This record gives sequence, structure tokens and C-alpha cells, in this order.
Amino acid sequence: MDFSLTEEQQMLKDSVHRFLEKNCSFEQRRKMLAERLPMNSQLWEGLASLGVLGVPFSPEYGGFGGAGVETMLVMEALGRHLSLEPYLATVVLAGGCVDLGGADWQKKILIPKIIDGTMLLAFAHTEPNARFELNHVETRAIRDGNNFVLEGEKALVLHGPVAEKFIVSARTSGNPRDVHGVTLFIVEADEGNLGGQEYPLFDGTRALDLQLSGVKVGPESVIGTLDAAMPLIEAVADRAMAALCAEAVGIMDSLHAATVEYLKTRQQFGQPIGRFQALQHRAVDMLIHLEQARSMAVLAASRVDSPNVPERRKAIAAAKELIGRAGRYVGQQAIQLHGGMGMTDELNVSHYFKRLTAIDVLFGNAAYQRQRFATMKEDQPAAQLKAPRKSWVKI
Amino acid sequence: MDLNYSQEEIAFRHQVHEFVRAHLPGDLSRKVLEHRRLSKDDYVRWQKILFEKGWIAAGWPVEYGGTGWSPIQRYIFEEECAAAGAPRLTPFGLHMVGPVIMAFGSEWQKKHYLPRILSSEDWWCQGYSEPGSGSDLASLKTRAERRDDHYVVNGQKTWNTHGQWADMCFCLVRTSKEGKKQEGISFLLIDMHAPGVTVRPIILLDGEHEVNEIWFENVKVPAKNLVGDEGRGWTYAKFLLSHERTGIAGVGHSKRELRYLKHIASEEKAGGRPLIEDPLFRDRVAQLEIDLMALEITNLRVAAADRDGKAPGPEASILKIKGTEIQQELTELMMEAVGPYALPHLPMAWGEQWIGAHVGADYAAPLAARYFNYRKTSIYGGSNEIQRNIIAQIVLGL
Repeated sequence: MDFSLTEEQQMLKDSVHRFLEKNCSFEQRRKMLAERLPMNSQLWEGLASLGVLGVPFSPEYGGFGGAGVETMLVMEALGRHLSLEPYLATVVLAGGCVDLGGADWQKKILIPKIIDGTMLLAFAHTEPNARFELNHVETRAIRDGNNFVLEGEKALVLHGPVAEKFIVSARTSGNPRDVHGVTLFIVEADEGNLGGQEYPLFDGTRALDLQLSGVKVGPESVIGTLDAAMPLIEAVADRAMAALCAEAVGIMDSLHAATVEYLKTRQQFGQPIGRFQALQHRAVDMLIHLEQARSMAVLAASRVDSPNVPERRKAIAAAKELIGRAGRYVGQQAIQLHGGMGMTDELNVSHYFKRLTAIDVLFGNAAYQRQRFATMKEDQPAAQLKAPRKSWVKI
Repeated sequence: MDLNYSQEEIAFRHQVHEFVRAHLPGDLSRKVLEHRRLSKDDYVRWQKILFEKGWIAAGWPVEYGGTGWSPIQRYIFEEECAAAGAPRLTPFGLHMVGPVIMAFGSEWQKKHYLPRILSSEDWWCQGYSEPGSGSDLASLKTRAERRDDHYVVNGQKTWNTHGQWADMCFCLVRTSKEGKKQEGISFLLIDMHAPGVTVRPIILLDGEHEVNEIWFENVKVPAKNLVGDEGRGWTYAKFLLSHERTGIAGVGHSKRELRYLKHIASEEKAGGRPLIEDPLFRDRVAQLEIDLMALEITNLRVAAADRDGKAPGPEASILKIKGTEIQQELTELMMEAVGPYALPHLPMAWGEQWIGAHVGADYAAPLAARYFNYRKTSIYGGSNEIQRNIIAQIVLGL
């Protein structure tokens, strides 16, 4: 039982924090939102040169060889600095698909380019009717000789507008909600039979709805095993949820600190409002939620790569549930205690709050996770990945 | 970072598990698991078993007869004991006055009292609260006047847990009215059998006699029973509050009670189906279970920091509040789980010799009383509001 960071992890944490402190300002974020910019390319290059884009990948492909804890440290910092960059989409989601499911030759082509920042990817999985159901895939991949023709719609592709390639899930057999019969494909964004609408989410993320009508892909574009992508998709979704939990902790920590500071400085009735017990207790309840959330983010980071799949799923669902709930409380109270100032776009509090609200929704909100957690059978043979990830040699 | 127990910790858990399985009397664990009333003898029986094994004082240093275990080992020990249905160790000697005597007591006090705490020869109780001094403890009025080689104590203490069984009481008393109110307080060890000590029961809302009022009328207390210096009692009391954090959240007990809740909810039927499958009830159990999972990690973070000699972080301060909220919620859901069968009030059915009929399922009888009784947890040990005041001041600097 050990909660301390290794020297290497501490260095990673410090360097990401220092870099973002310098290069990812709130003023810049507001400017980007006003100009509808999806990301800051210079910032992305900087993250690449720090090695941060290679965190989850094996040194064999030029990566950092990190696991859940390293991703947690990066995401916590990205949350703290309200980054708009497509780390989750490119590195965690699409990168995760390649890392966990890709063939060696695919990894050799794709991973180095993700790591050096020259290739942006997005994960096109969820669909208009899927709500939070991961195995709800209506998009079809129809065999055409050795090739496949993709037909269907994908919704809310996070950071889709900047992606050069998509990793698209489609049904190669079975019915829309079957676990079996889903396959992952790499699809080029400039493919002619791909249509799409770009739009912003309320937290500033840019997303895409995709129409695939007769998109033809070759057999080399398949990631992982034909018909059996669900365990892979689940594992990647679990990685994304663990990452989001860490991001949320970074945000809650910032919000709590900002709120306590505000209580000490804001004067009303001739004294700092932090002297009032009702407000003090609210700040303490925020702290309780924050510390419980931090515990769960740590648990999620530690279990996300576990070969014990039921244990992994249970920890992730629990963490996402608690953090959805905690995020709502901390965000709402941060606004409340900041009063009118908390309502403004000018103060980062409202931006943090909106991002927390988005994090709760992504991959299933607290109510959904609670239901998932409650109906999870511990002895239920969960779908196992064919080759459980081994722990990588640290460089 | 590694959230798995080490090989040594797993081996330790196994060792504790095997010992408890072999030595915890079955009638005792049944009483605990089924929420029956425990007698003084029940507590002492288990404490003596642990004493003989050398495991009674998990948190004490070896030189005073403790185990020298790490905070993580102590956590494991408590969890295993709780899971098996062992009675809680009475905290007043082992977790409260013992560490104060070790830190501030005289050689005579250490030699005389510590072994008697270990062997359960003395049952200790706490004399802190007074009718006029609850959350504002430092306003306490019980007087101790120095006369030659002894003090004369006059006053009244209240909310005194198990004082009816106690041999000794550690008391906060006023030795001076000068200066700040905290500065006139001293820490005195009082013999409960001394002339002038009167214990009167306070019956609580569950009908049980758990707490008392104590009256001191010209009670003579030898001066050698003063701990440390006169007027420094407040400092010692604060030390006591900061001591022994690993157990304060009661995670091991709550994990056991959660299993029991699930057992009850799978036995009870709602609409012809097990209650545990009812989406609304299941949802609340799930939320509670997740809160408890988080608290377990929070508790382990505190224990690991303690083991590694690091100063406690802000997470340490939340254990009491969150731990008691979860304990209360567990009792509430259990009572709700049995529906109308929470209503019959049969105190005799919680006793040890009861062989009569039950109204409803046998697990139902004590649940409402337990729910009522557990309201105490957010009041005792510094109410959860006082805890919030302390966190706001000390941790948040408000």
C-alpha cells in the first residue's frame, strides 16, 4: 500500500505543470473560444517536445512507458489549466485503441506520429441513439471482397474537427445492441464519402457528427480483432473515464482553492465573508468531496490497467460515479460562494464548472454509473482482452 | 504508487484472520453481527483474549506493551476483527488516556495505569462534557482545588459512556479561573470508586443505558493523579483528539454492516422480488457503497502517510465526518429495508438470553433502535459541526 509518486512521476507532474503554467493561460482560452479555435497548435508541439503525448505508449514505439498513474498526473494538470487540447481524443481514446488493439505494424506507423504531435486522431464511436450504452453500434461495415463499406452515423466525436484520422466502430455482424459483432476501423478524415457537422460543446470542446455513406476501407484498416472489438472499446473507455476523473480532480482542487481564497478576501458587512460559519461549512463540504474524489481518481488510475477485468470495471464505474457527484457539488458551491462573480464568463470559475459538468456526462453520468455499478456481478465473466497489457519497462 | 497490499501485509492479514477465526468466541461474534446488546463481560472477554496474544494495544509502542505495528497493519487488524464480528475495543483506556499518559504522564502513572489498561483490569471512562459545556468544552466548571497532597473535586460531568462499568475516569477539571479559559484546565485521573462519586444513568431514545451523569462531591484525588502540569489539560486533550486516526472512520465496521445490509435487502421482498433488485433501493445502496470505497482509500492514504512519517494532509480531517455519515446512512437503510417490521419495539429480543418469538424476521428487531442510537455518532467526539469549524480554521485558514 503506497500512495507516493516515484521520482520520475514527480518530475513528470512538475514539468507538465510548469509548462502549462507558462503556456496555457486563461486569457488565451477565452480568446480561442471567442475565435472558435479548436486547439492551440503551439501548445500541442510543446507537449510533444516534453514527451507528454507519449505517456501511455511503450518505449518500443518511442513512448514514455507510463500507465494509469502517469496519465492521471497529466490529466490533473490539463484540468487545472483548462486546456482545450485534444489529449483525451488523440492520446487516451484513439491512441488507446491503437495501443491496446493495434497490430505491431500499425503501432509502428501511428504511435510515433501521435507522440511527436504530427498526427491528431479522434474516436468515432458513440451514436445518436446510444445514450451511454457502449455496445450500441448501428453503423454497419459491409463486406465487399476483402474490403469493407461503412454506412451510418457517429455522434459527438470529441475533437473530431482537428483529426486527421478517425477510429470508427462499426458492426460487422449481429444486432445494434449485441456485444459481439463490433469492429474498429481507421478512416481517413479526407475520405470523400464522409460528411460531418462541426459544433462546440458548452465547455469549449469542439465536436463533430459524422455521416458515413459508402466509406470504403481496406482490411489493413481494421484495429484489433474482427467482430470482437467490445472488450477493447470497454478497456479504452475505462482508460478515458480514469483520465477524466483525474482531470476533474485537477479542476475541483483549483475551484476549491479559488473559493477559499475568495472567502478570505471578499468583504461584506465589514469583514471577510469567510468569517461566516454557513460559508465556512460549505467550504469544508467542498473539501470533503474533493478528498473523496481524489481517492477515487487514484483508485481508478491504479486499477485501469489491471488484468482483473471485473475489478477494473468496478473501480472505474465507482470512481466516475463519485466524481460526477462530487464535481456537481464542488462546481455548484464554487459558483454560489463566488456570488455574482461566479456567474460571469470573465472569471475562470464558470469555465471550470462547465468542464466539470461535461465530464460528468461523458461516458455516462453519475446516475448511469451507479446503475452500472449496482448491476455489475463480481463473478460475471467479463470479456477479457486477448493479450492483457504487460507492465512496460520504465526508461 | 501501488494500491495493492504488499506480500508482507497480505501475510499479516492472513495471520490476523486465522487467529480471530480460531479465538473469537462464536456466541460473541453472533451477538455483534446480529446487533444484540453487549455486556461489560462481553467486551472484556475479547479484550483479554487479545491481551494474552499481545495484540490488545495495536497502536502502542512496544516498550509499553504495544504491538509496534505500522498504521497499515493496524488498519488491516481492525478490518479483520470487524469483519469477523469482534466487539469494538473500548477506546477510553487504549486509544485515549493511554497515549496521553505515555506522552505526558509521570513514571508512576505509566507503571501503574498502563499495564492495567492492557489487561482490562481498569475500565476507563471520559469526564469531559458538562451540562453547560458541550461543544464549548473549554467553558467547563468542574473545580479541582489543591489541598496539600490531593485535590478536592466538585462538579458534574455528563454524556459519560459506560461510566456505570468504570473503575477510572480521566477528567478535565478547572484548577484556575485566571487568564484564558483554556489555561485554567487540568487533566486529572479520578477513581470512580472514591467516596463522593455518584453515577446516574441517562436513558437514551433507544431505551438503553449507555451514558451517564457523574456527580463529584468533595472527591479527594491524590495529587499524583494529575497528568503533566497543572493548567495544561487543554493541550493534552487536544493531543488526545489528534491521536489514533486510523480507526476513527470505522471503515472496517461499515464494510461489515454493508454486507449485512445487502443480506437483509436480499431476504426482504418488495413487489414479490428481492428488495436489493428494486432500482430505487439498489441505487441508494450503490451510492453508499461507493462513498465507502472512497473513504477506505482516504483512510489508507492517511495511514500510509502516517507510516511514512509524513504530516497528515487535509484528508485526515475528513475521516470523522464522512465516517459517521456513512455509519448513520447504513443504519437508516437497514431500518428502511425491513419496512413495517422496523416498528415493533422488543428490547428484550436484543438481549443475549432471548429465546422467545420474534415479530418479523429475527434481524429486524434491533434495527430501529440502532438507527436511533447511531444519531450519536455525528454528535460525539466533537460534533460534526465542530469538526467543520476546526477544518475551516486549521486546514482552510478561514
